[in-house]
Amino acid sequence: MKVLVCVKEVPDASAPKRLDPQTFRLDRSVAGALNDFDTHAIEAALQVKEATGEGEVVALLMGPEKAADSLRKALAIGADRAIHVADESLGGSDLVATSKALAKALERESPELVVFGQQAGDSDGAVLWAAVADRVGLPVVSQAASLELADGKVRVKRQTEYGYDVIEAPLPCVVAVSDAINEPRYPSLKGIMGAKKKPQETLSLSDLGLSAEDAGEAGSRTRVLALADPPSRGESERIEDDGGTAAEKVVEYLSSRKLL
Amino acid sequence: MATLVYVEDHEGEPVKGSLGVLGKAAQLGDDVAAVLLGSGVEGLAEPVGRHGAARVLVGDDSALEAPLPQPRVDVLAKLVESEGFDTVLFGASVLAADVAAGLAARLDAGLNWDLVDLEVRDGELVGKRPALGDSVLVDVGWTGEPRLALIRSGTFEPVESGGSAEVTKIPVEVQDFSRQAVMVEQAHEESEGPSIEDADVIVAGGRGLGKPEGFSIVEDLAKALGGAVAATRAVVDAGWYPYASQVGQTGKTVSPKLYIACGISGAIQHKVGMQGSGTIVAINKDPNAPIFEYSDLAVVGDVNEVVPKLTELVKEKRGS
Ligand SMILES: Cc1cc2nc3c(=O)[nH]c(=O)nc-3n(C[C@H](O)[C@H](O)[C@H](O)COP(=O)(O)OP(=O)(O)OC[C@H]3O[C@@H](n4cnc5c(N)ncnc54)[C@H](O)[C@@H]3O)c2cc1C
Ligand SMILES: Nc1ncnc2c1ncn2[C@@H]1O[C@H](COP(=O)(O)O)[C@@H](O)[C@H]1O
Repeated sequence: MKVLVCVKEVPDASAPKRLDPQTFRLDRSVAGALNDFDTHAIEAALQVKEATGEGEVVALLMGPEKAADSLRKALAIGADRAIHVADESLGGSDLVATSKALAKALERESPELVVFGQQAGDSDGAVLWAAVADRVGLPVVSQAASLELADGKVRVKRQTEYGYDVIEAPLPCVVAVSDAINEPRYPSLKGIMGAKKKPQETLSLSDLGLSAEDAGEAGSRTRVLALADPPSRGESERIEDDGGTAAEKVVEYLSSRKLL
Repeated sequence: MATLVYVEDHEGEPVKGSLGVLGKAAQLGDDVAAVLLGSGVEGLAEPVGRHGAARVLVGDDSALEAPLPQPRVDVLAKLVESEGFDTVLFGASVLAADVAAGLAARLDAGLNWDLVDLEVRDGELVGKRPALGDSVLVDVGWTGEPRLALIRSGTFEPVESGGSAEVTKIPVEVQDFSRQAVMVEQAHEESEGPSIEDADVIVAGGRGLGKPEGFSIVEDLAKALGGAVAATRAVVDAGWYPYASQVGQTGKTVSPKLYIACGISGAIQHKVGMQGSGTIVAINKDPNAPIFEYSDLAVVGDVNEVVPKLTELVKEKRGS
């Protein structure tokens, strides 16, 4: 089965995450990494391909040139092919603009299954799949804690505010998976070596049949007006568990606050 | 402003989060309509009217029976266009997020999510959004209409204003692709568990415990402290711990005197369920774990080292 998986590059966990005070955009000059949540999406896609015994997994990413590293990681983990939507004018795209570009890229591929991760670690939206699915006119199921395939349908178990739902949708469809759906495999040495040789395609806006008005700030319908510090949380303390002394310090802390 | 508030329902009642948003909308402007979408939901119009809606629009159809997003997008898109609403507000939920994002794409409309406040400034709607793990507070706006917004769960409390609303039925037309996803089983609670909402002390475990059996160290500490055990969605989804113990957006909201988070990264969806705790202690081996941003005491260490030792010391101290 042909499975397309949408992945994003986000600032690396150890990099300082900040919004640029001038442009109000996320500072993407820091070290980037493949969004952790998306490794579960890649794993789910690989498992579907392996279960059906044929087809391919295509990784699709929209982001600046340097995000190619994250796509290469997707290939190293096991994706067969990569598509990088990269265009100067895409910077600053919001949900409306991002979903438009991804939907166009997706339409060129006509996969049977599209997999998204749970959320982007930087934007925390957990919404993109629904926008993309609407643009391409496919059924969508989100928050999948499990995903089964049978008789041309997906069967998904997912949590809501009230417990667990079981939802079925016919292929082709869009599924967003939770971070508990699987344990993602790590790239093997062979995978890392082989990644460079796998097909990688870069698409510009015009390749997608879009123009500058569709992308970036021009194509977006939201904007950032100002930045401020969040309300202070008051004093906080940090201790390192050097030589196994942390437990004692925690007890002292709790005792001093009469919490024991 | 012509504002529409999407009111979600569950088991024959409007959900609290939606009513809270409705109250806020009514406070910001007078022409506030609410929309109810479901099957057999007309009776809910009355309580919705009491919570701030001047008008309640009701889409009642079997196609809307299951809480699935796409049929709702179809109905809302038509409604927003025909009635000319310039603002559509949603209380965040699994369903509402997918409805709002689908609607944003359909109408090419801006969606701001995770808002913790709304205000009208110089005639313009402005949203407050904590971003990047709540490390910065962003004022967000819209560059066109309609403006769509998802409000972070638990942000606004419902207010009974006692009014009554004019109720109107709206047409329900659903596209073929929107009918394709079907609910096979709905809102099934996996298993019962003890109540955690009233506990003074909660010891919570996440994926950092490594395996289902890893919860034993959390249970031991909870027992020593006379507290309850809670869990993150990641471990509940994985079947390590029952749903009844889950804290967060799709789980319980708790506010114990003491919350000890063990091997929990601290996602916003977890935070919304426990940020009201008196004292938050987090034990995590990753010095950059987001949970440390909102802990009173951050302990950088391995749960397997720190937690059992802590349990022993607590037992000694409490003489049990
Ligand atoms: C719509 C929606 C609703 C959601 N609702 C909820 C909800 O209600 N509740 C909820 O909790 N989540 C919810 N989530 C999920 C949330 O976004 C996170 O994915 C989840 O909370 C992560 O759980 P975790 O912290 O257990 O796992 P992880 O994020 O994997 O974190 C594990 C942590 O353990 C640490 N660790 C690993 N090993 C050790 C060790 N030996 N010692 C110490 N630390 C260690 C790691 O450094 C890491 O920080 C929701 C998500 C969405 C999109
Ligand atoms: N720029 C992007 N390119 C490709 N996929 C993306 C991009 N941004 C987000 N995604 C996908 O959408 C999911 C949810 O993202 P978000 O709604 O931004 O939190 C992620 O887990 C990815 O699977």
